[in-house]
Amino acid sequence: MNVGLEQFLTVSFLLFALGLLGVIMRRNLLVIYMSLELMLNAANLALVSFSRFNNKLDGQVVVFFIITVAAAEVAVGLALIVALFRKRPTAHVEDLATLKL
Amino acid sequence: MESLNSLLDGTVVSTCLFYLFATFTLVCAALVVANPFSRNPVTSAMFLVLAIISMAGLFLLLHAFFLAAVQILVYAGAVIVLFLFVIMLLEIKEELRRRINLFGLFAGILSVGLIVRLFLACLHQSPVTSAANPSIEGDTASLGKLLFTQFVLPFELVSVLLLVAMVGVIYLSSKDSKSRISASSSGTEPGVGKESSAVSQSPNTSTAASTQTKH
Repeated sequence: MNVGLEQFLTVSFLLFALGLLGVIMRRNLLVIYMSLELMLNAANLALVSFSRFNNKLDGQVVVFFIITVAAAEVAVGLALIVALFRKRPTAHVEDLATLKL
Repeated sequence: MESLNSLLDGTVVSTCLFYLFATFTLVCAALVVANPFSRNPVTSAMFLVLAIISMAGLFLLLHAFFLAAVQILVYAGAVIVLFLFVIMLLEIKEELRRRINLFGLFAGILSVGLIVRLFLACLHQSPVTSAANPSIEGDTASLGKLLFTQFVLPFELVSVLLLVAMVGVIYLSSKDSKSRISASSSGTEPGVGKESSAVSQSPNTSTAASTQTKH
């Protein structure tokens, strides 16, 4: 049995579903952020496998940009979490339910 | 290089490696999301490292050598270190077990199950076009050539984006902006004296803690 595009896409979908489950169900701000990274990685895997099985390198360039943007996004997001934590020392999303700090 | 290519294309070995890496990625990702043994965010971060490294193995199987290296360098090297640094800086205690919101649990599982069902139905019912024998190599030279010819404008824009992110992070985490925000909020809202005093007290203690950890 040869491994083709469908197997890689199935792994990517399951990984995306796991990340989505984490974003919906976990209540810790940092774990939600890690699940977001998992979803980004699932998209990366789908793009790389499409690129491989269609003989085009464009998908891998897009993944390169996604990784760069994800690094910047993590830096900004974690800075926001730290700033939020200074105002209100909790990492639980249900304690951060008000609009005004 | 030749031996590596023959290893990656040997059908039995590459199939075994694919299932090994795929299973390991999915198990580690599940342990990031819901770990039955520990509620500590540090454990989640460690399993995220494992998931990312095994995903780099999947990239290798797809002949994306440069991206596998970048994945390990950027994610396992920079992003996770940043996560761990923030977890340690915030000194988050082990998460207390709270009452699980049953409606939220049910809605989450239902929506995720429907999305997986949709994905798999799409995969099985629409024809997936793939080349007969994939021969593309994602090595550094070919990727770099494409990056500096066809994608040179996005490449430069990404550098601007990194600069903007850096300036933003420095602004967010500097002490001046924080005191300015708290001063302006206490100045414009005279009616919430008790709350604002409680709020303005907490930043001082947390900055004291953060400066202690820095030194």
